[in-house]
Amino acid sequence: MSRFRTTRVLTALLSAASLAVALTACGGTTKNDSSDDQGGGSQATGTADPEAELQEGVKMAFLPKQLNNPYSDIEVSGGEEALGELKGEYKLVGPNDASASSQVSYINTLIQQQQDVIGIAANDPNAVCPSLNQARSSGIKVVAFDSDAAKDCRDVFINQATTQGIGEKLVEMASKLAGGSGEIAILSATANATNQNAWIDVMKTELAKPENKDLKLVKIAYGNDEDQKSFQEAQGLLQSYPNLKVIVSPTTVGIAAASRYVSSSNYKGKVAITGLGTPNQMREYIKDGTVKEFALWNPADIGYLAAYAGVALVSGQITGKEGEKFEAGKLGEYEIGADGEIVLGPPTVFDANNIDDFDF
Amino acid sequence: MSTVRTRPAGSAASSSGSSGRNPLAAVLRARELGIVVALAILVAYTTIANPRFLSAQSVRDILLGASILAVLAVGQTIVIVTRNIDLSVGSVLGLTAFAVGTVVQDNPGLPLPFALLLGMAIGGVCGMVNAVLVRYGQVPALVVTLGTLYMFRGVTYLWAGGQQITADELPRSFLSFANETLLGVPWLVLIALLVTVAAGVLLRNYRVGRELYAMGSNPEAAMLAGISVGRNLLGAFTVSGALAGLAGVLFAIRFGTIDAAAGTGDELEVVAAAVVGGVAVFGGSGTVWGAALGALLLTVIGNSLAVLDINQFWQNAIVGALILFAIGVDRLVAARTARALKKRNSHVR
Amino acid sequence: MSGSENRLRGSFTRLASWDGAVILVAVVALVVAAAAVDGFGTSNNVTFMVLDLLPIALLALPMTLIIVTGEIDLSVASTLGLTSAVMGSLWNSGMAIETIIPLCVLLGAVLGAVNGVFVTVFRLPSLAVTIGTLALFRGLALVVLGESAVADFPVVFTTWVTGTVADTAIPNVLLPLLLLAAVFTVVLHATPVGRAVFAAGAGEQAARFSGVRVDRLKFWLFVASGAVAGLAGVLWTLRYSSARADNGLGLELAVVAAVLLGGVSIFGGRGTMPGVLAGVLLLATLQNALRLEDVTNEALNIVTGALLIVSVLLPNISRSVRTAAQRRRLRRTPIPQPATPPAP
Repeated sequence: MSRFRTTRVLTALLSAASLAVALTACGGTTKNDSSDDQGGGSQATGTADPEAELQEGVKMAFLPKQLNNPYSDIEVSGGEEALGELKGEYKLVGPNDASASSQVSYINTLIQQQQDVIGIAANDPNAVCPSLNQARSSGIKVVAFDSDAAKDCRDVFINQATTQGIGEKLVEMASKLAGGSGEIAILSATANATNQNAWIDVMKTELAKPENKDLKLVKIAYGNDEDQKSFQEAQGLLQSYPNLKVIVSPTTVGIAAASRYVSSSNYKGKVAITGLGTPNQMREYIKDGTVKEFALWNPADIGYLAAYAGVALVSGQITGKEGEKFEAGKLGEYEIGADGEIVLGPPTVFDANNIDDFDF
Repeated sequence: MSTVRTRPAGSAASSSGSSGRNPLAAVLRARELGIVVALAILVAYTTIANPRFLSAQSVRDILLGASILAVLAVGQTIVIVTRNIDLSVGSVLGLTAFAVGTVVQDNPGLPLPFALLLGMAIGGVCGMVNAVLVRYGQVPALVVTLGTLYMFRGVTYLWAGGQQITADELPRSFLSFANETLLGVPWLVLIALLVTVAAGVLLRNYRVGRELYAMGSNPEAAMLAGISVGRNLLGAFTVSGALAGLAGVLFAIRFGTIDAAAGTGDELEVVAAAVVGGVAVFGGSGTVWGAALGALLLTVIGNSLAVLDINQFWQNAIVGALILFAIGVDRLVAARTARALKKRNSHVR
Repeated sequence: MSGSENRLRGSFTRLASWDGAVILVAVVALVVAAAAVDGFGTSNNVTFMVLDLLPIALLALPMTLIIVTGEIDLSVASTLGLTSAVMGSLWNSGMAIETIIPLCVLLGAVLGAVNGVFVTVFRLPSLAVTIGTLALFRGLALVVLGESAVADFPVVFTTWVTGTVADTAIPNVLLPLLLLAAVFTVVLHATPVGRAVFAAGAGEQAARFSGVRVDRLKFWLFVASGAVAGLAGVLWTLRYSSARADNGLGLELAVVAAVLLGGVSIFGGRGTMPGVLAGVLLLATLQNALRLEDVTNEALNIVTGALLIVSVLLPNISRSVRTAAQRRRLRRTPIPQPATPPAP
């Protein structure tokens, strides 16, 4: 009896649902209807006054992807240095996990605390968007750094290097290490990390060119920027692809984990590793020969530039329009490119000869 | 009390699977056999698809991965057979990994056995906190360890403050232990084996082990039988904590990079390993062998997926399905055995 | 003991009972935060806090009923994640959002029914079952959507979820939350179903003998839990305009913590809905206020864990102190005096 009633209720629910489907199948809101009305945010408004004086006491908060990440630590340390020079107030908040939803909570907190500038490395370009726009409508300037937010919801974006430049550099290093031919694999961060995916796209285009026709990209693995996961993914790559010549890891967590795995396994010397890493993390593997060369920009400069851009925005020197220029302390003058992008500069390649000159 | 010791499988529900002539014991041994068979099939299949799966390096990687999980699963089993649960193990692992990492970093000359003992001591203290709250606070273990899951993790984050201990800050001798072997077997694996054997013998052959099963199958009866339930509970949680601490040190040795997030979410994998290994969540039955095998199975599944180039995203789903399958089979077997026992008893009568 | 004193003692214990205390503490926390924490009382922040507590509050409603029956559902956050992933992939396939939303709620109900079948038909312990489905559903979510995110949901819907009623600070989503909370409160405290829930939790055998169809009850509670988790998944997705397989990861622990904090016994048979809602509110207030005061996330973890333990520990201690005092009094005065004041 009870079983019977259960079935009956389930049937009723199912038919209600199919009715709903039938009713709405025609004339609902689908993906195609709404593709063009995205983004409530605004592009740069107002006019810039290049002569405006830089304000003191600007309150700028940095919200990196997550707190316990050595790379983020270095980035924001540059921001702290710059705000010291500019007599601003530096603040660092952030989640312990690289999830978008926890960043959103922090953005709200920063709005309530009436910061002047938020510097954010977005975990998900869209999920943080509504809150960032809320921040901007209450007068807060938003500087994205490292990993961009959707371009409607920030004023400027500090790009570590052009996407094109990094992608080309990664392929160039991989090709050199592989001796021009053979299998290569990529060990990335998360599958929807904005910057990694952009670089990987460039890499794919580069690899499709005739001069790289002997290089074969066999797999893109995702270590989620977690050390342990990356370690295991590196392990999996080497098991699955015995002829692998190079692992390219465009993330500092991935390259360190892959190097550590290879240096402690009998793949050492057979598989080359390259990508983007910090000298301090990679020093050991350069010295023991696991890694020949890798590249990176100085992450502290990103934070530094972000802080100068933030203060310039608050002071009205720039508004985020293409072509505007501002001074960024020791880094010199920068010009805002298309879509509010400010490019830091070309990456540096580290190898056994120069690695001891760097400490970050 | 002697009944408890000599006839542990007094009732169908309370069997521990160690007494040889009992039909239920045979079934439970079949459970371990089942895991071994599943493992064999999986390994064979994967190896055919990719022979490198059985290369020395790959086997070593799997065993190293499984060792850490197995140590945790053994501790968890000891708690679960008493009809409790310890959800804080992942956080304890993180705390000890970071603590021991810091100590070793500051004292590079520290002998390794001392590091292992230090980890166990720190973990043991965490376990004791759980035990005291469960025993004297009369708070259910699920609630206590859920609370300490947050708290131990919070303490680790506060302490680490976003720092990370990286491989190059740890002494070589500490890290190279992960690669050292005795007669070709890595030390980490030997430690896990030693822990499993010791716990297995303790649970099977010693009075205190039998008492733990008795407590799990019927707490009131255990109390009435004169078992010092409180003392045993304290012991079980402390051991679970100490083993989580040991796992923390092994984690530090194996991975070299430690941050405050180490071991986050491990508790579910550990419980899964125990459950897949035939440990009943409501206590009273299951063996550490099963749990250790469960840990091995889960690790092998993870590795096979990578090698077979199956979307890694399937791993979670497979583990979940496996848990449901395992408890389903247990239920079926238990029901059938209970029926068989009833029939036999009525026949005798 | 006179009748009036009995009544007095009754109301006293009711006040001193844990859920009463939680309600009181939650109100005090709100007042203190509003007075002492800069920015807490602003309308923006209130809206935001409600949005933040929404998923936990929603999931806590059916969870309360389930825990009162002596079961548990640890798969809720994974159900939320799977719903979110399916929502994203259906949207990508070009289906209309008006169709997707009811389908997602239905999907949640089906997932809940899966739990229900395992628990009531196969008679498996819900703790083990839902740990299994926790992994299973999350795994399926990853299979459906991988690690990609779907973000282009229609603005009308996303702004409704994050928006407020007219010009007030009342978020739109508060309305369905209040409605559901009212429904669950009435069901638990004022209907035969609610009495059956308590009876099943207090003693399953006894409940069965007194005519409660325990299995059917539990099955439908799991279905309700799944459906609400499905709805929470939809709202979560729209709120962050991001459908991802890892949405709500780990949320189950926060939900269970809130329910237990609200005075529900993990062994079943005891608990009230107002207590649970106060528990949710208390956690959300503390988190929000402490974050505004720049207290780090890690300290929040410690506070959450400690609160959870204390919520069970404190009543236990006060009870044992009370019984000890009573025993001492009984020993001292062989004939109990009617004028003895109630024990503190």
